[in-house]
Amino acid sequence: MRLLKLVPDDTNIRFLRWRLPFYIVSLVLMAASWGAVLTNGLNLGVDFVGGQMIRATFVESTEAPVADLRDDIAGLGYGAPIIQRFGQPNEVSIRMRLPEGQDSAQVKDLADRMTNAIVTEMETNYPGVRIDGVDSVSGKVSSELFETGMLALLAAMVAIAIYIWVRFEWQFGVGALFALIHDVSLTLGLFALTQMEFDLNIVAAILAIIGYSLNDTIVVYDRIRENLKKFRKMPMEELLDLSVNETLPRTIMTSLTTLMVLVALMFIGPATTFGFAAAIAFGIFVGTYSSIYMAAPILIWLRVNSDSFVPSESVADKQEKVARGEV
Amino acid sequence: MLDFPRWKRIWLWGLTLVGVLLAVPSINMLAGGGSWPSQLPDPEINLGLDLAGGSHILLEAETAQVRELRLEAMEEDVRRALREADPAIEIGDISTANGRLSFMVQQETQVDAAREVLLPMTEGVGLTGQRDWTIRVVDGQRFEVSPTDAGLNQAVENAMDTATDVVRRRIDELGTREPTIIRSGDDRIVVQVPGLDDPQKLKALLGQTAKLEFKLVDQTALPSDIAQGIVPPGSQILPYAEDGRGQGAIAVKRLGGIQGDQLTNAQQGYDQNGSPIVNITFNQEGGRKFATLTTQNVGKPFAIVLDGEVLSAPNINEPILGGQAQISGGFTVDSANALAISLRSGALPIDLQVVEERTVGPDLGADSIRKGVLALLIGGVAVLTFMFATYGRFGMYANVAILLNVLIILGIMAALGTTLTLPGIAGFVLTIGTAVDANVLINERIREERRRGRRVVQAVEVGYREAQRAIIDANVTNVIAGVLLFLFGSGPIRGFAIVLIIGIVTSVFTAVTLTRMWVAGYLRKHRPADLHI
Repeated sequence: MRLLKLVPDDTNIRFLRWRLPFYIVSLVLMAASWGAVLTNGLNLGVDFVGGQMIRATFVESTEAPVADLRDDIAGLGYGAPIIQRFGQPNEVSIRMRLPEGQDSAQVKDLADRMTNAIVTEMETNYPGVRIDGVDSVSGKVSSELFETGMLALLAAMVAIAIYIWVRFEWQFGVGALFALIHDVSLTLGLFALTQMEFDLNIVAAILAIIGYSLNDTIVVYDRIRENLKKFRKMPMEELLDLSVNETLPRTIMTSLTTLMVLVALMFIGPATTFGFAAAIAFGIFVGTYSSIYMAAPILIWLRVNSDSFVPSESVADKQEKVARGEV
Repeated sequence: MLDFPRWKRIWLWGLTLVGVLLAVPSINMLAGGGSWPSQLPDPEINLGLDLAGGSHILLEAETAQVRELRLEAMEEDVRRALREADPAIEIGDISTANGRLSFMVQQETQVDAAREVLLPMTEGVGLTGQRDWTIRVVDGQRFEVSPTDAGLNQAVENAMDTATDVVRRRIDELGTREPTIIRSGDDRIVVQVPGLDDPQKLKALLGQTAKLEFKLVDQTALPSDIAQGIVPPGSQILPYAEDGRGQGAIAVKRLGGIQGDQLTNAQQGYDQNGSPIVNITFNQEGGRKFATLTTQNVGKPFAIVLDGEVLSAPNINEPILGGQAQISGGFTVDSANALAISLRSGALPIDLQVVEERTVGPDLGADSIRKGVLALLIGGVAVLTFMFATYGRFGMYANVAILLNVLIILGIMAALGTTLTLPGIAGFVLTIGTAVDANVLINERIREERRRGRRVVQAVEVGYREAQRAIIDANVTNVIAGVLLFLFGSGPIRGFAIVLIIGIVTSVFTAVTLTRMWVAGYLRKHRPADLHI
């Protein structure tokens, strides 16, 4: 049996030659992402803005009557709903905002009445509808969830950067952090652009992206570190190309296998996981790209070279020798 | 490097076996398989409500209430203590502005005596000996008694503990399956009831403070005055409950009533007209008080007050001596039942508000699991096939390691009693990804070393050693991220973090240690001259 080889043995793609154009493209994409987030905004779910969300499946039809449903619910007098398909075409999520600035007990009463009215309305007008879930989050809790989510993200990113700084060199910590910011920005941009619902589960997806991207970056960095010690005289660009090429079979293999699971989750898994799996799948592309084109070239600009790892070691060696009285 | 003595092999296989055995009940459950023999231990993995269906409710306590209630109680205590002092100490009106009591002692000569009387009341009951209140005397005769933060915090803490107990008792009465009730933060309680898809019932039960009082009706108050909010001194106006039989509001005496917290039982029943009522039984002390109250006030009405709302105000026809009473007030069978449960489980020391509520229908839950498991199976089979096609024998070792990894994660989660949620599945995918990655790293490295002309055993040794560095660095960073996410994150993010942390540890164990043992065994036994990798 012949074994599968995704990358031929003598592959030598000069990735780093295109570092400047790619950096410009990436910076533009990051700016565009933030622009999209600021202008379009994220389609925040009730987790983050508070309110009511009802999920329903129209079991007997192939497609949910979204327009009719919107009119019907708006007719109830609680304001206009945000109705979205998710997963299968016959599955919808219906979101309602809650009025702000009122006594929480009153809002709670209103929320209950609203949900009951909507559920009753749907059950009378649309036989065969199945209510899959009702979420109700108060404004206070939702802003807390948002804050703890963001805090967790930030804390994780900072700690990661510090670890890499300690294990490698500060330039590598900066590079890894930059790659992470790049990946998170682009993912946020994707959500701003597609207006897919952004809830706490998506934050978990972004965390998975960070984890994956980091894995990729560290594998490349580890090889760079190894090669820096091995090939003292090699120009930095060549060395980075070599490192990326050497790790390329692994990069492709791992991306493919992870994508296989995600694609299965997207198309076979439950509707609730679609956005979530799609986000991670997107993140894998971006994460792989960023390890090669964002995390590696930045080392050139931050002036990493073969001396970066040597001085501290030889200094330590020397001190040790001095201590032993050999010098 | 490739040396695995027997004791090490036994130890590694043992660890694997334990992990896998722990997973068996969960696999049985996820497969929707038959019943698990009851004589075997069954640490099944908990499925989060987003997967299994059910209701999640987050309750928040109004902690400001504790401050008010304590102030009220202190006011009573201060009045009584000074009145009962010998000689009695006369004071002016007590004001409770700005969260503290302040009052004048009429005679300057009694200031020291008043302080003597009050001082013992300000000490905490805790073991720490902290002071719960501070007393200050300003302008010679004016006392200011204010609660200390420590005392207040302790009081909130106690109230929350009691509230959690009460909530637990009430939910237990519902007879639902394995509810989870845990305190969260300073002022919150999380309630999760798997399988319950009608949270209304739960909310009705938890929304009631169930503070029951019997108060005498102030018959001197004119209805027209009550409508304008004017009451005689010593009385207060209370509204009728919405579903009560009366209308509007009624004036009742503030003091001299009975608290309904001295109950031994409460049951839903019917009155002679067949309307639902709640029968209550007092304990000895409550029964005696109730007898005195009713004996002294025959022919007068008394109000049955629940959570500050009047349920009904019947006339006392004759003294009620047996320690039993009935509460009427326009109940339905359900509401009478809910009240009975609430009364039996005690009053909440503090009001609770529902601030978050999530319900997942059981259909969707079951559907999610089925589809999720199917997707992971199909994705998994694809990965396994691919690994085998790429690395042959070494791919097979990796595959077995991945399968064992999944089982061990399930087993550990079941043993620790952690919960698998939707984001947890993301954690799973990422973990499988890193486990595959570890083997890919190792195998690619071995290929590379072979290409460079190293001999078989050496290539394998170098492959494992060199790959390990990247694997460790990558996994440590992910563990750091996981721990921080667990510490700072909430709900779903924690669900993700738990799987991530467990998964990384097990994936390093299976993907690096176990495969190395198998590879070493293969090399020793077959001594291959070339590797098919």
